[in-house]
Amino acid sequence: MTVVYGRDGDRTTKRSNVRFPNTVPRPQGEIERLRVPWAPPRGWRIFSAVNNTYVGLTYIGTALIIFVLAGVLAVIMRTQLAVPENTLVGHSLYNQLFTMHGTMMMFLFAVPIMEAFGVLLLPNILGTRELPFPRLSAYSLWVYAFGGLAFFSTLFFGVAPDGGWFMYTPLTDARFSPGIKSDMWLLGIGFIEIAAIAGAIEIMVGFAKNRAPGMTLDKIPIFAWALLIFALMIVFAFPALILATILLEIERAFGWPFFMAEKGGDPLLWQHLFWFFGHPEVYIIFIPAAGMVSMILPVMAQTRLVGHRLIVLALIAMGIISFGLWVHHMFATGLPPLSLGFFSAASMSVAIASGIQVFAWIATIASGRLRFTTPALFIVAFIAVFTMGGLTGVMLASVPFDLQAHDTYFVVAHFHYVLVGGMVLPLLAAVYYWFPTVSRKPLSERVGKWVFWLFFIGLNVAFFPMHITGLMGMPRRVYTYLEVMQWDLLNVVSTIGAYVMATAIALLIFDIVRTFRFSFENNAGNIWNAGTLEWMRTYNYGTRSIPEVDSRYPLWTQPQLSNEADEGRYYLPGTLTGQREALVTSPIDARPIYVMQVPGPHWGPFLAATATTAFFYLLTLKLILPAFASGIVAIAFILWWLWDLDHGPVREPAHVGGDYVLPVYMSGPVNHSWWGTVSLLLVAGSFVICLVFSYFFLWLVNPAWPPVGVTLPSLAWPGVAAVLYAASSGAVLLASRGLSAQIQRGPWPMRLLLMLASVLFLAAVSVQALAEGQTGLRPTMHSYGAMVYMFVALQYFFAGVLVIMAGFTLARSLAGKLDPVRRVTFDNTMLLWHYATAQGIVVLFILTLFPRALG
Amino acid sequence: MQPFRKIALSLTSAAASLLLGACNWTQSALAPRGSHAEAIDQLTWILFIGGMLIFLLVVAFLTIASLLRRSLKGWMANYNFIIGFGILLPVATLTAILTFSSVVLNTIHSAQPKMRIEVTGEQFWWRVHYLDESGTIKLATANEIRIPVGTPVEFILKTQDVIHSFWVPNFAGKLDMIPGRVTKLTFSATTPGIYRGQCAEYCGAQHALMAFYIVATTSREFEGWFAQQVGNPPEPTTPFLARGQQLFLSFGCGSCHTVRGTLADGRFGPDLTRVGTRLSIGAGTFPVNIGTLAAWTSSAQHLKPGNAMPSFGNLQGEQLRAIAAYMESLK
Repeated sequence: MTVVYGRDGDRTTKRSNVRFPNTVPRPQGEIERLRVPWAPPRGWRIFSAVNNTYVGLTYIGTALIIFVLAGVLAVIMRTQLAVPENTLVGHSLYNQLFTMHGTMMMFLFAVPIMEAFGVLLLPNILGTRELPFPRLSAYSLWVYAFGGLAFFSTLFFGVAPDGGWFMYTPLTDARFSPGIKSDMWLLGIGFIEIAAIAGAIEIMVGFAKNRAPGMTLDKIPIFAWALLIFALMIVFAFPALILATILLEIERAFGWPFFMAEKGGDPLLWQHLFWFFGHPEVYIIFIPAAGMVSMILPVMAQTRLVGHRLIVLALIAMGIISFGLWVHHMFATGLPPLSLGFFSAASMSVAIASGIQVFAWIATIASGRLRFTTPALFIVAFIAVFTMGGLTGVMLASVPFDLQAHDTYFVVAHFHYVLVGGMVLPLLAAVYYWFPTVSRKPLSERVGKWVFWLFFIGLNVAFFPMHITGLMGMPRRVYTYLEVMQWDLLNVVSTIGAYVMATAIALLIFDIVRTFRFSFENNAGNIWNAGTLEWMRTYNYGTRSIPEVDSRYPLWTQPQLSNEADEGRYYLPGTLTGQREALVTSPIDARPIYVMQVPGPHWGPFLAATATTAFFYLLTLKLILPAFASGIVAIAFILWWLWDLDHGPVREPAHVGGDYVLPVYMSGPVNHSWWGTVSLLLVAGSFVICLVFSYFFLWLVNPAWPPVGVTLPSLAWPGVAAVLYAASSGAVLLASRGLSAQIQRGPWPMRLLLMLASVLFLAAVSVQALAEGQTGLRPTMHSYGAMVYMFVALQYFFAGVLVIMAGFTLARSLAGKLDPVRRVTFDNTMLLWHYATAQGIVVLFILTLFPRALG
Repeated sequence: MQPFRKIALSLTSAAASLLLGACNWTQSALAPRGSHAEAIDQLTWILFIGGMLIFLLVVAFLTIASLLRRSLKGWMANYNFIIGFGILLPVATLTAILTFSSVVLNTIHSAQPKMRIEVTGEQFWWRVHYLDESGTIKLATANEIRIPVGTPVEFILKTQDVIHSFWVPNFAGKLDMIPGRVTKLTFSATTPGIYRGQCAEYCGAQHALMAFYIVATTSREFEGWFAQQVGNPPEPTTPFLARGQQLFLSFGCGSCHTVRGTLADGRFGPDLTRVGTRLSIGAGTFPVNIGTLAAWTSSAQHLKPGNAMPSFGNLQGEQLRAIAAYMESLK
């Protein structure tokens, strides 16, 4: 009954036939030895913590602070609009206020708080100890915290962006928005999106690889599914935004005309890129909230969720369909009727996925007995409010109606109903619901009812009248309106509603501050009688031992599970290596495969986040040299924290529980960081596909492509570049073989081949750049040149990344930390390499052959 | 359809008058007075009533499920309930909505225009050119449009700078004005009256104060108005007005503004040839009279900060009055 494991994860294991819970008494000192590596850093060193519990809680706290700050901005706006021709806030500040309110709520609150709940709760929900890349989570948290608060502070310096949260060009280009306000948005928000992607990769890999044994796909709780879909959507949608942001910033800073109509660009390109991200964004926000509802509602009704599989399918369908709707934000731009019809139909169809969930929730309530606790009140209200918002959404999906309602307060009403109703209400339910897992006492039910009623009434009083105001002719984003318009009554009612909502939140904050006393061991416990794993007895390392589950509601079907796991009667009741560990299981049927060594506290993520924030903000302020210095420091800190990882097999395979004798290291496609790297490649692929889309879109809006006066380089140039790319990949392939043969041949073949590969890659990109440069093409004259050089710039970016990774890999080899078994670092580098050369070759194909094919 | 359309319109008018009160002009989709707006109004009522029924259904189900005994609500707790109401009902209603919307969209797009007006959005006003069939400009004006009732008018929409959006809710849905593109909107007015439109795409500092008027009149009144607008304005009839004209020219107003029949031929700002006949100054911000004209000339940056008209604060009292009187006389 041993396990034979190979480099690529092929192994044979025997299904455990030892019954759990294990009755063998635990050895003396096992629990103490488990606690030692998991002990949090003391005092101010807590900022170097990477444990998902601390990172998750700080993440949630930061997001809630930003929610309050953005809400205050809204209250100021509503006060300005309470009476016509008000002079409380002038146009300049108001335009910054609505831009900041929208930007902060959408980018700095709605998505991060769901990631934050994922970081805090997903490991416990899945029955594992940690997420796969804790230092990445910590980096993501601090980038978000520093970046977000710095972004908010721009208001106090008069440099907050004022182009609206979707920053349409050409209003936001250098000519119509001079100064640094728009750059604050582009650079200030742009890098925070990178933090969002980092979180998404963690969630995806964690979902796939870190579950409790026995938690097959069918038994995974809905919130985990929702987070998986959330993460996948982020991976495919955010790159479009990042690309748009980079293109606009380059246009502003260097004059490359992507969006300038007079130089072959098109303002609609921005809209397509933005909304291709922007529409999935709102489902990215909604789907985790719907997942929370599906977790909380069954507990409040004390019954299983009805239609569990239908809900999972509905969430998946919603995730996929939402990528096909984005043009409904552009119905008024003069598109052909066929486009309008297609996107109208698609936009309506997504309502079916919502409908399935709404009626599944009603069926669940009907199948149980609903206890009207505070979380339950929020959930019932959510169903009604979200339905209303969804119905106005279907109205807006109807093109003729949209042509009247678009860009009016009707739309403001709609999206606040679906966002506040569809996301904030479940979030408030979640705060009340999961509070007992992290605090000694739960929040007060009595105060909770006040918070609920004030918020619910305030929300309707604030936003319902806006449906009417909009149809009565009031456009969005207006700092004032004339007295004669007779919109004043409706506006003052909305303002009163806003104040009522603010009171509710103030009351909630008061209750949180007076009630929250952080604890895991002595938390308030499973006061709701919930059935899922996060309600077990947990510590900052999750449960004492990793349970084996056999149902969707393990605490209901195995009532002693929590006590038994706490006594160490399941998997991994101690530590095998003396360091932090987690169990890695197979993606589909959750069989234990290996034990991953989990990184512990480190200052690298915190310091790298500080330097990264400095880099982007110094760039915005046009302090170039200090910016680049900070950038180099950031990279150095990241490499410092990475140096500590990839331990290799520090001991021989060990017994983890049942019949499983598992290795503590696995390289190849089974390794979790391979999955993380592949996820990153999905992001990169999505990015380049958006860039290719932009290229074809600009071709469509230009009469001649390339424009008159541009000559294409002869075929020899791209031919040579393609050969150099292929050779570069070939060298890496040979290096990989060299690494495997290191014992016989020594380390130098691999090292030299890696260096050669770097040179070849750089040569390939430079040949590409030179090919275009020697024709006289320049990026500032026309959008064709801008696109071509953008592809070249992308390849140079990859060249930089690859050179750094090659250097890091070489350093590890020189330090003796890289060998035929301990080779994860090399494998990740190789994956990225092959991707980058493939991307280079494909791009060469398109740029070379497409203009020629046009004749 | 016709009887339903009449019911819908009267419902809307009732709602509108409740909400709007008495006013001699409107800016509201709830008071449809044009071909498109009427079709959309009908659709809106269907969507609204349908939506309300579905909402009430959901609330009813929620109430039953939360409050009633198991024996009365057990029929809900299963897959068929979810599939019936969550899939079949939406598929049926959405198909109907999509079909009806497509029909309405088709009627909106199929009008044949008999008149062409080119409107160019600028930060923060509207340049209006009446065009003939070959595209030459017959009349240049700004911030105000007049059209004959019942005639389909094609609005050719462009922009000088950023994205704007042309929206007159009483007549039709909106259409964006996008740099590098020309968009076209054709509709007709069905009822005479004064209607206000407003820019509906955030275009910068004074997006909130970028509006215009469309006046729908009978054909005969339109012909009369047009003939009067096209010619040169009358010469000043009093010395005071003549002084106003002379100051207008000597202070350089003509470098940005055109007054046909004088040396003022600037194209940067709105054409002021008949500014005295207009309903508003500052693109829908103030009514036109000697006081507002004086205020606008001397303090435009205070009244609408960030717009392209500078404040001519150097004008002394009597000079200012003369110029304002002259502009008011341009009828």
